[in-house]
Amino acid sequence: MLEIKNLVCGYDNFLLKDINFKVNSSELVGIIGPNGSGKTTLIRAITKLVKPKEGKIIYQGKDITELSFKELAKEIAVVSQDVHFPDMVKVKDFVLLGRIPHFKKFQFLETNKDLEIVEEVMKLTGVLEIKDRFLKETSGGERQLVLITKALAQQPKLLLLDEPTAHLDITHKIKILDLIRRLNKKYGLTVLIVLHDLNLASQYCDRLILLKEGKIYKIGTPSEVLTYQIIEEVYQTVVVVKENPINLRPYVFLVSEEERRKFDYTD
Amino acid sequence: MNKKLVNWLSWLLILILVVLIVMFLSLCIGSVRVSLSQIFNPSDRITKEILFKIRLPRIILGFAVGGALATAGVILQGLFRNPLVEPYTLGISGGAGVFVCLNIVLRIYQKFGVITFPISGFVGAGLVIILVYILSIKKGKLRIQGLLLTGVMISFISSSIIMLIMAITRAENLHGIVFWIMGSLEEPDMFLVKMTFLVSILGLLISCIFSLDLNAFSCGEEEAHHLGVDVEKTKKLLFILASVLTGVCVSVAGIIGFVGLLVPHLMRMLVGEDHRILLLSSYLCGAGFLIFSDTLARTIISPLELPVGVITGIIGGSLFIYVLTKRGR
Repeated sequence: MLEIKNLVCGYDNFLLKDINFKVNSSELVGIIGPNGSGKTTLIRAITKLVKPKEGKIIYQGKDITELSFKELAKEIAVVSQDVHFPDMVKVKDFVLLGRIPHFKKFQFLETNKDLEIVEEVMKLTGVLEIKDRFLKETSGGERQLVLITKALAQQPKLLLLDEPTAHLDITHKIKILDLIRRLNKKYGLTVLIVLHDLNLASQYCDRLILLKEGKIYKIGTPSEVLTYQIIEEVYQTVVVVKENPINLRPYVFLVSEEERRKFDYTD
Repeated sequence: MNKKLVNWLSWLLILILVVLIVMFLSLCIGSVRVSLSQIFNPSDRITKEILFKIRLPRIILGFAVGGALATAGVILQGLFRNPLVEPYTLGISGGAGVFVCLNIVLRIYQKFGVITFPISGFVGAGLVIILVYILSIKKGKLRIQGLLLTGVMISFISSSIIMLIMAITRAENLHGIVFWIMGSLEEPDMFLVKMTFLVSILGLLISCIFSLDLNAFSCGEEEAHHLGVDVEKTKKLLFILASVLTGVCVSVAGIIGFVGLLVPHLMRMLVGEDHRILLLSSYLCGAGFLIFSDTLARTIISPLELPVGVITGIIGGSLFIYVLTKRGR
């Protein structure tokens, strides 16, 4: 579905280099890596916010530079961190913004079909009961759900999420990731998700892409990527990795300086 | 959808009615009172002259300028996601003002005709936009905060330049500049009235085409991009549109403040944030508000006349403070 070939892109002070990977249809792929390793830049490149200096990004056989912004928005939806929430807009009207890419030229009013889709995705994500609330009356967790609902209203085939669970409590973290997993399993939605929490990434993703200083350090299943050798090398910190008894996936324990001394965990 | 559409249409209908009432009131009231029946059937030539040669052009100009300023306000507020932005705070009005002043002082209009007024207004507005744009662009992207600050500074500088021009010019120019600066809808030249009307209506229509893009902008530029909007291109086009509207308005009617700030604010509270209705309703409300203010301006100390900018400043300013304190609670 998405193929990235020899991609080089970025800004004056930061470059992503030699990025090569494929995302298959209906896969849930996580992007992990330390702060400043280029996770967000990679997402921005796929959505044409950053131009490639070299290499290609191919979406369903087409180079994305050949697709218009609107064509891209019909296929790929993004849940980004940099969103301004207009206070005095109601939840249902905000979700309706997701239909904009599907409006024809000189079409000003939404059709009944647009409204049905909005209703449907609101039911799916559970924001239907707060649809008449103003955005300023919603909590951080609800806003994140509303944002995902808006992205789903675009009816994308590929969903990109940039740390959708940052700053949320565990209830909302699980709720949102469960939702994404359900969309992925039940509706075959392809998902590329940036996560900071290694254990959540391990728990939910089919495959992980680990970035370090603008390069891909390792790609593979959670068990292949999340070994203590790799994590200690990339994150420059001491960890212990054990198998999570519930899902048999790797679970990363952080080790504090004191504990390191106590148990003599040294490099 | 039907419910929303009905809601929108009823707001438009109410606003159209209000504007019509204000228009007829403005035709009737003045140093010579005309009854309503006489409007449709004027009894003598003098009444006819007063109605159609003096009052009607002012009403048309008030309609066009009020609507255009409100539209420019909505566009700029939409782009900046900031309700305090309007042509004046970005320095667009100031820039247009300086160039119109230069036109008066250098008497360019005597050589090339009255068309030089809107052109000089537009050139000034456009130059300021380009200047502000260049000063606040970094790494190929427009920084909204920087732009706002630069705009405010430019509006200070341009009012100082206007002062400077007034200080060194001859006395006969001074009266023209002073009256023009405070804002007046008295425009003897019918060509300018017609042109302003045309530009204003065209501006509204073009801005309506961008109403969905402006809606997308309400959640940030990056989100607008993700919704398929060509952000940089749209921003540039809308800036040009706002500066044309402002430049033309300033050149024919002077600097009339608060219409572009207050009207969109009020309309947001009444009809909501959706630009598909906000643009149209703000246009109508701005038109009605300016005609009303102008009627007050020429009747309140009749037979003398106040500049309309004074009226919009007082009404607009006090209402704005009221709205702000109410919101803060």
